[in-house]
Amino acid sequence: MYTHEVLIAGFGGQGVLTAGQLLAYAGNLEGQHVSWVPAYGPEQRGGTANCSVVISDQPVACPLVSEPTACIVLNQPSLEKFEPMVQPGGTLVVNTSLCTTRPKRTDITVVPAPATDLAVELGAIRFANMVALGALLAVVPMVKTESILEVLPKVMGEDKAQYVPINREALKIGMEEARRVLMV
Amino acid sequence: MEPMMTMMKGNEALGEAAIRAGCRFFFGYPITPQSELPAYMARRMPEVGGTFLQAESELAAVNMLLGAAATGVRAMTSSSSPGYSLKQEGISYMIGSQLPCVVVNIMRGGPGLGNIQPSQSDYFQIVKGGGHGDYRMIALAPAAVQELVDLTILAFDLADFYRNPVALVGDGLLGQTMEPVSFPPVKTTDDDKDWALTGAHNRPKRVITSLELNPENLEAHNRVLQAKFAAMEEREARWEEYRCEDAELVVVAYGTSARIARAAVDAARNMGLRVGLYRPITLWPFPGEGLTRLAEQGVRRFLDVEMSSGQMVEDVKLAVLGRARVDFYGRLGGMVPTPREILGQIQELMGGEA
Amino acid sequence: MKRIAGMPESMSAVVTHYCPGCSHGVLHRIIAELIDELDLRGRTVGVASVGCSVLAYNYFETDFVQAPHGRAPAVATGVKRARPNLFVFTYQGDGDMAAIGTAEIIHAAARGERITAIMYNNSIYGMTGGQMSPTTLMGAVTATTPYGRSEENGRPYRMAELLAQMPGTAYVARTHVADVANIVKTKQAVRKAFEAQIRGLGFSMVEVLGNCPTNWGMTPAESNRYVLTEMLSYFPVGEFKDVTKEALAGVHA
Repeated sequence: MYTHEVLIAGFGGQGVLTAGQLLAYAGNLEGQHVSWVPAYGPEQRGGTANCSVVISDQPVACPLVSEPTACIVLNQPSLEKFEPMVQPGGTLVVNTSLCTTRPKRTDITVVPAPATDLAVELGAIRFANMVALGALLAVVPMVKTESILEVLPKVMGEDKAQYVPINREALKIGMEEARRVLMV
Repeated sequence: MEPMMTMMKGNEALGEAAIRAGCRFFFGYPITPQSELPAYMARRMPEVGGTFLQAESELAAVNMLLGAAATGVRAMTSSSSPGYSLKQEGISYMIGSQLPCVVVNIMRGGPGLGNIQPSQSDYFQIVKGGGHGDYRMIALAPAAVQELVDLTILAFDLADFYRNPVALVGDGLLGQTMEPVSFPPVKTTDDDKDWALTGAHNRPKRVITSLELNPENLEAHNRVLQAKFAAMEEREARWEEYRCEDAELVVVAYGTSARIARAAVDAARNMGLRVGLYRPITLWPFPGEGLTRLAEQGVRRFLDVEMSSGQMVEDVKLAVLGRARVDFYGRLGGMVPTPREILGQIQELMGGEA
Repeated sequence: MKRIAGMPESMSAVVTHYCPGCSHGVLHRIIAELIDELDLRGRTVGVASVGCSVLAYNYFETDFVQAPHGRAPAVATGVKRARPNLFVFTYQGDGDMAAIGTAEIIHAAARGERITAIMYNNSIYGMTGGQMSPTTLMGAVTATTPYGRSEENGRPYRMAELLAQMPGTAYVARTHVADVANIVKTKQAVRKAFEAQIRGLGFSMVEVLGNCPTNWGMTPAESNRYVLTEMLSYFPVGEFKDVTKEALAGVHA
């Protein structure tokens, strides 16, 4: 029995919700039990955003994640808010490009990854979410990379199918970075 | 579980389920957190030859619904708490006029404008009848997106069967949650009901009204309505029991609260605590029967959990009727309890750490 | 033998509850005659409102639905949208349409709903016992303006002219039924309004000035004189919008 409780957080516009949906759709594609919930507020643009994803071999009990087993924080406010909530033994991917402090927890696996810088190097800042997602999947392989790429046109729109190769590259860069820093 | 079921947000799945159930008329007014539903209907209705109409207010929307329902078609409206308050005028009239329809309330924090976060504080309003007059309506409270689909389809069938509005009750979290869903095949329905207004062509005229100035006649009309409500109470109570067989403590919760409580129940079981979950699926008729039985079987404590200050707990107490102790835990104003909070309550009530 | 008088088939052979001398019955008859003449009975749904005409459904041999106070245009919208082949009209008073139902009538008109709204404007709430309505004339004494309507109550407003501004209206007129010639003219206006709906041209409305001898504290004859003098001086009769001619011209062009 397993249940991955994932929380992804950052600024609105960083692709936080999309990254979560890709995870959930990919899990669904693989026949796992999944759910996705956005934290919603009155803002239409900007502000902070986060979403909860649950991937399990059991029907999802609570879709709202309050104590993540896996967490991605793409900015400093999200790091400050969610670091204390990660379950002991859990994983925290930190976008070090935008976080000025470093996590203090020693009972979790911290994956520091300069996701924004790596995405800029790749050619577009908007792939930071995919770099971070790759970093998470390197440590917690809850879905296959191929599943993410397969559901991508469904989640982002069929006209985005042309971006599958660059998203594949972004995921790969993230995974390599995670393996490099963790030496796994 | 079937791979590659459709992933849908609760609000959108509700809309699609309504269309599958033969609903072709949707009247709404924008309000968060249910706005995806009218948006979905606006997109989908033209594809199926249906009508989506954005009304100038919730009052207008519910009365457009009344007009459409009077012609015998399947129709619905949806709103969130402040808008549902306005719709109660039309609900009272439709119950008085014996018109079937489905009314959705995706609840948010109140009172007043409150906020747009998930809440369950409209229980009294929906279950005890916030509108005027002696009335009841079946209220269905799904806890997951698939159940939302199934209960939406059921809602239309129950509305037609009893010629009474049916409430679908959710909260912002359910509306926003995306989960895999499948849509069961649905039988087509006949709009040509023998009471519907279709024009008095080769038949006597039909009148749909809730007005009866003569009190003797209005009492008789009320007796007819009460007989229907009694039949609903007799037949339509629905609930789910989870790990209750040997439970010493049973958590009672519906909708989103029930889902969170389920995680807490699992955690408590992992600690060796004998805890179960009793989840009302119909809020009215309230499924008290199972609670009564559990109390008689030896459940010593019930813990009612709501995203309100304690509304359903009154019905829980009536069902338990002093046979066991009933405690309450609630979060207010759009706050959602966590499994850990509920687990903490369970541990406290069961005598400290396990 | 040619029939020269009788009940319209669309009118029920019952005694109405209206007060002696009240003109609601005249307006009912005009509508029933037109439903007969235009062969609409088998596809008509009337929408009754709240006020003196709340029981209108007892006086027509057509399908009817009774709406909450002020909401008749919304109910009519639902009926028409659900079954567009039906002929749908509302029958409302000035309190129902111009006070509590302002939003519904304005937006039904703005949307150009293919319905017809008939407003019986007698400038008072009749059923509840003679209170001020939005169309009560300045200085008029009512149950809630015992010293006469004054500035603090605001001034009466003109619904027909207001609705004529709405983009979705095809035909809007004001008439009165205080003398025989104008009863005939009212029937002509209501016919045009009905035809506008039948031809799908948009929303149509006729505001009909009528009396309320009971709540005005007048004899029927005095009350009709009040319509002809006081009410007509504030509420002019006429057609404020009529696209039926243009639409016809378009058909022939």
